[in-house]
Amino acid sequence: MIGSDLLGIEHLERSDIERILDTADHMREIGEREVKKVPTLRGRTVVNLFFEASTRTRASFEIAGKRLSADVVNFSPQGSSMGKSESILDTARTLDAMDPDAVVVRHSTAGVPKRIADVLAAPVINAGDGAHEHPTQALLDMYTVRQQKGRIDGLTVTIVGDIVHSRVARSNIQGFLKMGAEVRVAAPPPMIPAAVETLGVKAFTVLREALDGADVVMALRIQNERLMGSYFPSVREYSATFGIDRAKLHYAKDDAIVMHPGPVNRGVELSHDLTDDRPSVILDQVRNGVAIRMAVLYLFAGRPRSGPDDGGKL
Amino acid sequence: MARVLIRGGRLLDPSTGRDEPGDLLAHDGAIEAVGQGLDARGAEVVDAEGAWIAPGFVDLHTHLREPGQEYKEDIASGGRSAVAGGFTAVACMANTQPVNDDPAMTDFILDRAAHDSPARVYPVAAATRGQQGEVMTEMSALVAAGAVAFSDDGRTIMDAGVMRRVLQYSTLVHVPVISHCEDRHLVGAGVVNEGPISTRLGLPGNPAIAETLHVIRDIELASLTGAHLHVAHVSTADAVDAIRHARERGVSVTAEVTPHHLTLTDEEALGYDTSTKVAPPLRSAADRQACRAGLADGTLDAIATDHAPHAQHEKDQEFTLAPPGMIGFETAAAAVLDLVRQDELTPLELVRRLSTNPARILRRPGGSLGIGEPADVTVLDPDRRWIYDPAKGWSKSRNSPWAGRELQGRVVATLVGGRLVYHVDRGVLVP
Repeated sequence: MIGSDLLGIEHLERSDIERILDTADHMREIGEREVKKVPTLRGRTVVNLFFEASTRTRASFEIAGKRLSADVVNFSPQGSSMGKSESILDTARTLDAMDPDAVVVRHSTAGVPKRIADVLAAPVINAGDGAHEHPTQALLDMYTVRQQKGRIDGLTVTIVGDIVHSRVARSNIQGFLKMGAEVRVAAPPPMIPAAVETLGVKAFTVLREALDGADVVMALRIQNERLMGSYFPSVREYSATFGIDRAKLHYAKDDAIVMHPGPVNRGVELSHDLTDDRPSVILDQVRNGVAIRMAVLYLFAGRPRSGPDDGGKL
Repeated sequence: MARVLIRGGRLLDPSTGRDEPGDLLAHDGAIEAVGQGLDARGAEVVDAEGAWIAPGFVDLHTHLREPGQEYKEDIASGGRSAVAGGFTAVACMANTQPVNDDPAMTDFILDRAAHDSPARVYPVAAATRGQQGEVMTEMSALVAAGAVAFSDDGRTIMDAGVMRRVLQYSTLVHVPVISHCEDRHLVGAGVVNEGPISTRLGLPGNPAIAETLHVIRDIELASLTGAHLHVAHVSTADAVDAIRHARERGVSVTAEVTPHHLTLTDEEALGYDTSTKVAPPLRSAADRQACRAGLADGTLDAIATDHAPHAQHEKDQEFTLAPPGMIGFETAAAAVLDLVRQDELTPLELVRRLSTNPARILRRPGGSLGIGEPADVTVLDPDRRWIYDPAKGWSKSRNSPWAGRELQGRVVATLVGGRLVYHVDRGVLVP
């Protein structure tokens, strides 16, 4: 059974994931109507608490909330730094006093949504925390794969790129494993996390081997500025060895699809033509993201409200 | 001065190997008699039934935060917390504001301690000015002022050339150089032990090699210079091995380990509780076991708390921003008693590592129940169960991973210089 917060895929059962994906099927249909709005969350307040800048994810949550008639408020505190601004927990307590029905949290540090959930009465939805988890991204990725392939069970999913810094990778690894897929990761050695096999994946440093027989190829964004020189020598070398183009895609199955959480560094982790054309499904991912977030808001923020305040969880 | 009789306990004196039931009589600041059926007339009596009577615990590694960060702790509150944990003497690190790199600052700390602290305070002076790792401090003057050791602690001296000269020069004053062994470049942004847990948490990993490599470097420099190197808070299995091998070939190296590295692992961080963030980080179960084995076989000489108070608002930050460290005086004995309960150490050998060995490392009195020795005595009930609430403790700070947990083993009474300074039922009694 789904808990009160969505902090990560780690805490979900396979049946929870299936329920969210099934709910998203209904939500997708709403987005295809002429009037893309239902009254489901009317009178409910959803706060987008984004400590880290994000255009795409925030817009996706905002559109999802509005299609369900929730009042969506965007709240973007300045990044916390020692002694200069209020602590994340003070921010959470302040927000709690305003009685939101759900709080969507994005932060550059792993664990912040969990710490906030510990003090907040309202459900907390993790919209990405550091290199920890990005559960709605993994849910929309699983949804997209199920849509394209008709199943997840038994597929081979290869995630390529900056695994060590990627919350998308961590959530997808756990999600696809729970749904019965085989998951592989491939990256230059410094980008493979310590003891990654304890997550249940096989790690590869040779792309050809990682892609052999893959049904799904997921490229991750490389953060050039921060990583170059310490995790890989140059964009040119990365692109030549781990960038996905049509030639390298031949190692995968003939009907393999290509995914990317966006935004894409064109010509780095994905070639131009693959970014735009099949078999890449990048825009399907974005489209499905709204449906997934509607499903998540419905399931987590749409519950009957609890009784009089009992003093909270402080 | 008053007479204090500690009656009916288990006398544990590692300096002589004594382990037998009996009483201890303190008079005029010194131990006057030890044995059975001592005369209680005119003495304040402390009942020690079921408890150990041990030489006072000596903590090689603490942060008392005064001067400069009195909102976290000061010498008065830290000294109270120390005696409540059975520590009769504590060595305080130099990372105050300003840094203790000058005899006047050492004077100030000792003066403050004499007035405010029920525990003895042994200042550790900085090894380099401002702990900047560049210019060595005036070691002779600092030792004359009362410094017991030199250390830049968490500001590890990364320049091996500077460390070599610091060690060389320290042989002039015959005090240990304490090294917080972590290679800053290998630590990088790491905040939890690198391994399955850091990968699962998505937090930057601090690899064991960062400590191990630096321990090996400093051992070689100690071997080269003949200086006394003391390795602070050992946490990795490979560092324990390196120290063991160094001792076998006669290098002058001693080492300490903390209660948290002896009893907790990196899994404590799974809830992102910043009170579990510490440097070096809590390690794997295998590292923990190696530390316990190293303590048992004598490779690691002493248990030191690394008592490191931080204010709640500082620990309320993101895991990466929260300062590392945990308070440790009042939970130390209960935590390390686990090694006795698991038959890894005898009571006598545990007391040796809490008292006799750290006193010897600092070349201070203590660690003995011999007649005429200073009456620094800890009475510890090894079985007493209690629930630890830092808010009811004596430190100003509450950053403890043991908060809210049931502990087994509690200090009943503490004597410093023959005075009863703490009793579990009466609290801290002086000054």
